This record gives sequence, structure tokens and C-alpha cells, in this order.
Amino acid sequence: MNKNIKFVQGNEACVEGALYAGVDFFAGYPITPSTEIAELLSRELPKRRGKFIQMEDEIASMAAVIGASLTGNKVMTATSGPGFSLKQEAIGYACMAEIPCVIANVQRGGPSTGNPTHVSQGDVNQARWGTHGDHAIIALTASNHQDVFEMTVEAFNFAETYRTPVVLLLDEVIGHMREKIVIPAKGDLPVVRRLRTSLKKGVDYHPYLPREDGRLPMSDFGGEHRYNVTGLFHDMWGFPSNNPKVVRELLHHLVDKIENNVDQITRHKEYWLDDAEYVLISYGSSARSAIHLAKNRRERGNKIGVLELQSIWPFPKELVRQKCAGARAVIVVEMNMGQVLAQVKSAVDDPSSVFLANRIDGELITPTNIKTLLRVIQGKGV
Amino acid sequence: MAKKEHNVKNYIRERFFPHMWCPGCGHGIVLGSLLRAVEELELDPTNIVMTSGIGCSARISGYVNFHSLHTIHGRALAFATGVKLAKPKLKLIVPMGDGDALAIGGNHFIHAARRNIDITAIVMNNRIYGMTGGQFSPLTGCNQKATTAPYSTIDNSFDVVKLATAAGASFVARSTTYHAAESIDFIKKAINHKGFSVVEIFSQCPTHYGRKNKKGDAANMMELYKQTTVPIGSKKLEEDPSLIERGIFVDNKKAPEYCEEYAKIVKVASKGRA
Repeated sequence: MNKNIKFVQGNEACVEGALYAGVDFFAGYPITPSTEIAELLSRELPKRRGKFIQMEDEIASMAAVIGASLTGNKVMTATSGPGFSLKQEAIGYACMAEIPCVIANVQRGGPSTGNPTHVSQGDVNQARWGTHGDHAIIALTASNHQDVFEMTVEAFNFAETYRTPVVLLLDEVIGHMREKIVIPAKGDLPVVRRLRTSLKKGVDYHPYLPREDGRLPMSDFGGEHRYNVTGLFHDMWGFPSNNPKVVRELLHHLVDKIENNVDQITRHKEYWLDDAEYVLISYGSSARSAIHLAKNRRERGNKIGVLELQSIWPFPKELVRQKCAGARAVIVVEMNMGQVLAQVKSAVDDPSSVFLANRIDGELITPTNIKTLLRVIQGKGV
Repeated sequence: MAKKEHNVKNYIRERFFPHMWCPGCGHGIVLGSLLRAVEELELDPTNIVMTSGIGCSARISGYVNFHSLHTIHGRALAFATGVKLAKPKLKLIVPMGDGDALAIGGNHFIHAARRNIDITAIVMNNRIYGMTGGQFSPLTGCNQKATTAPYSTIDNSFDVVKLATAAGASFVARSTTYHAAESIDFIKKAINHKGFSVVEIFSQCPTHYGRKNKKGDAANMMELYKQTTVPIGSKKLEEDPSLIERGIFVDNKKAPEYCEEYAKIVKVASKGRA
């Protein structure tokens, strides 16, 4: 029997991915529907000399993982809805101070306490703009458990490569549904290690001076190089500065290092897109219904395909424009009031051809829900 | 034995001076006591991480030549908890203002104490939000003036020593900027203590608290610390119970420390494999 095949919840697939990526430290706070991630890591991390701590609140959890990351650890926290709101200030700190960390947000219905045990995809824009001020962010998502595993590994890789917080936007259906995963052998998936400075003791180390390739080698707290980390605008030593040139250049760096690498960061899947007259764009659990419908319609001769986004931020504008260029109509399938829809409309050549198939009542959107809208667009009536 | 001459310059980042504190501010005295404590303990700065939040006090972290982590308002102890648990060999020192430690950061303060994690918190209590221009804090107390209490405060204050003790801190001390030599001693003991240690130091803010409440200049305010505080158990307390006690209130060396307890969990979970 292959021990690497497991039948697990999505939250457990996320944990398996984190362990594969080499997570050293997790801090969290109980919240539905993400709690299983904390529970499983409290069991697994001590077995590997890793650290698990249940903090006093969501803010403290985010703060603790940032602190741990600075010692050289690969770090993660997991949350949902209200907890994601609470973490936002510290996420902004991690953006500003360029500290690698992964935040899994298993989305539930909102706003406020909302619908804790039911599915939603309402945090797409919060992942992008939840913290104050201009900044860039990476957000990944997945529609099945094998992809949850792989995107979790990718989240850690991006966090290290770009020295940034990465949001893993899962949802309640993905988190709690059970499905098969195959754990890849060590080495099958790339795992990015932390880039550390090679500068020796006594050499002036600049923690915030990017190399030519844009990456910034780090130095662990407790190592030879002692430097300052702050949420204030800062110079290449990490010292606070309000010099207009320093402020402008740092903000450009924080945004450009991610936005200019959208091609490297974009992850997507496509199904039957080549000749598609109708393009469904979806992600997360709602992509399962979109794929199901498209497969079903294809069998009946409809020219319909699916573009599944696995990275939402930075938004893959050019990819979406190209994939939709030949379509009669584009239907964005999501469980919110049109958060990715707005991005798609701004990306395509003809925004009037873009429609929203959504569901916002806490239930998973069904293939029939999408089909109803498709028939209306096709002029067939419901 | 001849007393060693202090050379605290080894522990500061000179390029970051002059500091941003107002003339007469007590925080420089606290910084001086802290640096002398670190020097007398002969600590390797490579093993020290100073974590701070937001406020006048929090700016200390930029001036010291340790690993320094200047974070967000109130959360310094939570960041410090992450650093400490991830790398327990590091010494964590967290300077905090009264608002930073006990208003926005109150939850983290009591929970760090409850865990008894080996971190030293230095509460620089000037009874005011200085950086924002003189609003009252949870340590201001009743019948005081502040820019947000023009008619005087009606908010009771916390007693830092009692709060830290009740929450589980295993070392708790109090001193003032007038008693700088005493502060050095307390900070040394706090840093050497294994567990969560709290040193409250009264620190004058002549610019905001002092001016609003007619306490005179910095020297007057320090003189008041001399007059209104006494060593723990002083006979003067019988005559005047309003005097505030200074000294080491808690020094519990037996309380289990969080990171050491976690190491035991690792041993059990890994069944010796780790």
C-alpha cells in the first residue's frame, strides 16, 4: 500500500503542504472553519522539533509568526473571517518590513461574525487591500486537495522568494471536504530555502538593499549582523527615515517586486479553452462546479471552457485578457458579489461581455446555478 | 574591588543620535540604566533582541546596537514571544510605555506573564501618551489633567506591580528615574531571571504630563519620585500610606518557564527522535 496516499480534509492537505515546505513555526487562535490547521500542527510540529503556540488572540498570532520568521524560521498562521480582519495591521507590518510568512484564510461568510460554518469567497478584496496604505500582496487559492497541497508549498516558496506575506485563500468547502491526496516524494516539488547573506562578521550588511535580481538576502536574529526592523519607512540599514526620496523608492520597491513579477507568480489551470465561445472564470470550490458544468455542456456540443485561477493577487490581467479574447461571453463564477468580476471586467477588451454567476447564501454554487445564467446569455431562457 | 568604568557607547548606534526625546524626558535615564545593566552583565549583544511597540519609549530599540525589532502599537510582547519561542537562547528585552503596555497591549502583557515566558518587560511609566501630545493613559489615574481630559480624569489606573503579579509574572520590580542606580540593579536581576520579568520605572514627562498637572520641571518631577516613594516595607508607610513602594516584589525562581516546558513537549512528541 502506498503510504503517501491519504484521504483528508482540505485543511489537512494544507498542513501536509506546509510540512513538505518545511514549516518550523505556527502561531494561531481557534476559529471556524480553519481550526483543524492549528490542531494538526500542534500535533505534528513538536515531532519535528518545530514550534506551535496558541496565542491569546489573532493579532498576537500574526505578531508571533513575524517574530519567529526573523530568527530564520519558516512560519505560518491560519485564520478565517473576523480573524483575518484582526491580523491586517500586522500583515501590513510584514509587507513593510519584508518578512516572509504564510497566512491561510479559510473563508467563511461575512461581514462580521457572518456565517461561520458556511462557505464564502468574500475575502478576495480584503486579501488585497485589508491593510492600510499602498502595498502589494500575493494571494493563492485552490479547488481540490492536491492543489491545496501544492499551493501551500508554493505559498512558502513565494514568501521566501519575494520576502513578503502570502495569503492562502481557501474556503469552508475546500477546508472541510474530504478527498484523496498523494504526497509527493521529497524533491518532486521545488522547495525554496531562505536566502541568507553571505557577508561575514564585520562587513556592513544592508538588510534592505536589493540585489540586482531584486531579492534581499536576510540575516537571522541571533546571527552576526545586528540591524533594525521597523514598520516605519526606512533606509537600507532598516533605520527610520521620512526623506521623500527614501519613502518614494521604498514604496515603489514594495509594489514593484510583486507587480512586476506577475508572470512568475501567476498559477492557473485551463479546461477546453482553445475554441471556447463561453469562458467560465473561477477559483476555489466554485471552480469545481464551473468545471463540472463545462464538462457536461461540452458533451452536448457547447463550446465552453474554464479558466481556473490559482493565484488571484497580483491579478493576472494579461492572461485573462488573452484567454477571453475570442469569447462571446465570459462568466465569472464566485461566491461573493463580484470581487474577481471587477478585475476581469478591467482586464478584458469588452467588459460588457462579462457576467457574474454567484451565490452568497452560504451554500456552494451548483452547476445548475451557472447553467441558468448561461442559458439566459445564450438566449435560451431558463 | 574597583568599580568598573562604564562604556555604554559600545551598546549604542551613534549614527542614530541625537535621540528624539524632549529635554528633561526620563526615558534617556532608563536607557542609561538598561545599557549599564547589560554592560555589567557582560552580555553578548549578538544574543540580545530588543522588541518594542509604538510610542516615545518604543524608540529605544533603534538606539541600541542589539538585534532590534520596532513593531506596531501594543504588540511588542507578542512579537517577542515569537522570537523567543523560535530561538530560546536569545535574551529578549521589551521596553514599553504605559499606554503601549497596558492599554492597547494589555492583553499581551497579562498573557506573557501567564505563560511565564523568559522575556524582560520594562514599563516606562510616565502616565501619559507623550508622542501624540499628552492624552491620559491607563496609568494616569483619577483627578489628573490631559489633552483628552480637560476637566480631569475619572479613569482609575492599574497598579502594574499587582497586575503583573496576579497575571503570573515570576519577577516584578518597581523603581524610578531618580533611583537610577537601583534601576540598574533591578534590570540586571530581571534580565538574569528565567521567566517573565517586569520592571516598572516611573519616568517623568515634563512636556506633557508635568506641564498639564503643574508638576514643575524635570528636576522637580524627579524630586517628587524621591519624596513619594519608599523601599518595600518602609516604616514611613505607617505614617503615610499614600507612599508608593519601590523594590523587588516577586522573585520566584521555581515557576516553570514556557520555552523549557515546550522543550519537554518536543521530547515526548518526538519520543527521543528529535
